[in-house]
Amino acid sequence: MKFSTEMKKEMGILCLVTGLLMLIPLFNAVGPESGPLSVSAFQVSLWGKYLTYAVLAMSLNLLWGYTGLLCLCQSLFFALGGYAMGMYLMLMIGERGAYKSVLPDFMVFLGYQKLPLHWEPFYNFAFTMGAVLWVPGLLAFVFGFLAFRSRIKGVYFSILTQALTYAACLMFFRNDFTFGGNNGFTDFKDILGCNINSDATIRGLFIATTALMVCTYLITSGLLASKLGKVQQAIRDSENRVLFSGYSTTSFKLMIFVLSAMIAGAAGALYVPQVGGINPSAMEAAKSLEVVVWVAVGGRGTKWGPVIGAILVNFIKSYTTHAFPDYWLIIMGGMFVCVVLFMPDGIVGVYKQAKSYFARQRSLETTAA
Amino acid sequence: MSTHHTPLYRDTPLILSVSGVTKAFDGFKAIDDLNFYLEEGELRTIIGPNGAGKSTFMDIITGRTRPDVGSVTMHEKDGRDYNLAKLREFEINRRGIGRKFQTPSIYKSHTVYDNLILSLNKKRGVFATLFYRESREDRERIMEVLKTVRLDTRANDLAGMLSHGQKQWLEIGMLLAQDPRLLLIDEPAAGMSDEETERTGELLMSLENKHSLIVIEHDMEFIRQIARKVTVLHQGHVLKEGSFESVKADPEVIQVYLGRQGKRAENN
Repeated sequence: MKFSTEMKKEMGILCLVTGLLMLIPLFNAVGPESGPLSVSAFQVSLWGKYLTYAVLAMSLNLLWGYTGLLCLCQSLFFALGGYAMGMYLMLMIGERGAYKSVLPDFMVFLGYQKLPLHWEPFYNFAFTMGAVLWVPGLLAFVFGFLAFRSRIKGVYFSILTQALTYAACLMFFRNDFTFGGNNGFTDFKDILGCNINSDATIRGLFIATTALMVCTYLITSGLLASKLGKVQQAIRDSENRVLFSGYSTTSFKLMIFVLSAMIAGAAGALYVPQVGGINPSAMEAAKSLEVVVWVAVGGRGTKWGPVIGAILVNFIKSYTTHAFPDYWLIIMGGMFVCVVLFMPDGIVGVYKQAKSYFARQRSLETTAA
Repeated sequence: MSTHHTPLYRDTPLILSVSGVTKAFDGFKAIDDLNFYLEEGELRTIIGPNGAGKSTFMDIITGRTRPDVGSVTMHEKDGRDYNLAKLREFEINRRGIGRKFQTPSIYKSHTVYDNLILSLNKKRGVFATLFYRESREDRERIMEVLKTVRLDTRANDLAGMLSHGQKQWLEIGMLLAQDPRLLLIDEPAAGMSDEETERTGELLMSLENKHSLIVIEHDMEFIRQIARKVTVLHQGHVLKEGSFESVKADPEVIQVYLGRQGKRAENN
């Protein structure tokens, strides 16, 4: 296969970003204990969390940025992946829980006598990894099939996906749904036999998250370079034309929707061990809207925009919820409004915007002279 | 009236027969017992006042709406027939019917060239497109189409940058790239300058005999330029069919057109 110069440049940037990210676990492992170059385990898992958000934003970008489908159930897919991983982690606690039972604590508390049948396979890590992908994927397939076949588009699609998220959220809040009700899962001990709170495990999870981000990036650019990616963007610009050019747009949208759900699920699975728990608030409708803000702030329909947006917005969030806890939502809303009004292509588009602004200024000057 | 129509197309080079088609929306008959037959390679112009059912007619042929009664049949050269009323939009398109919309619908963030790649008559499944590799043959075909619609110098520009007229031509080019047997073209000259309109007329006439064409148009000057046989639709059925001159001179057609204009004058 031949690589164009543009592709080489792109791969160069990807390698550079990966290299820079790898410095975080590296400094944690061999860096100094204190000083500006010291990186604590807390910071590693914090940045690991940002990266899972970045992947989540990338999965939405695939739908919203490149296919024109504003999906508001991305946080649901993320949470489903997280819950699958959480089930495995809950079972790995074994008898070290508060009640010293093989059953997870919340089950003892709710009076379960034995493990529900659908929990059994989650003792197996490989099965769990599969479930992280197929559970969100299957939901996306069924829901997408019904929605796209009925030609549900635009804002109606957004509303329906939001309703789906809301319904799922309500279900997960119930104690008898066997997923821990409003407390969800927490208090994890081990992952694959390693202590989940050890520095080495935290570094490992960070590296796994970086790998997932790189994979997602490669999948996205691979898709975009193919004719399928062109069809995807064509659907965004003129779906009727695509349909009347002999493409079954339903199949294309469905395929992208399922893929995006699986990516979000994988991101959720890496989020849970790094944050140390999951509960139904992770799939609240507002969470999906936050993802939309990240993508919009970074730059919708650009490859790096969602990553930059997710990390930046969450970085600001970490700071403001600490410094001015009451104003976070106002600040986020303000950011979104500013981006929509003044930066239609997000942060990534600012350079281009500035360039065209100066070009216009210059041409005005020359005409004036 | 019997709903059975004798198969007029037997032993005639027909490509499309629409027989006894009725389509009502909330009780209003947009198409009312319409019969329409098109020969292979023919260029047919359809005219009619607003609300005559022209766009619904195209929707029915392309599978966007289903007729309540009647049949829409496409005739293959080998004698097979397809009932278009049973197929979905993309399946009808794959059988060789291309449609150009009234407002130019192109992929504005793709290059002109990529707009045509997506329109080539290739396998259009999800996986076929994922593993598609552009061949030399495809490239030559695209350049040929670009020359036909006079956009060969704009191949690498974004389609969104084209002028209105060029967008209309690009869309016609996208139809040609599909190599369709039948092209349906809705008001190609709308919003064009006189020169562009004339050029569009030349383009359409050059396609005659290679493809069958149905053109919906309002612009009388344009119709005079391209028209061979004209079908006048009125209230969902065919009012008259014939040469441009004969249709233009027909008292009933004049009444339909002038009657409305007269009313409009009164309202003003």
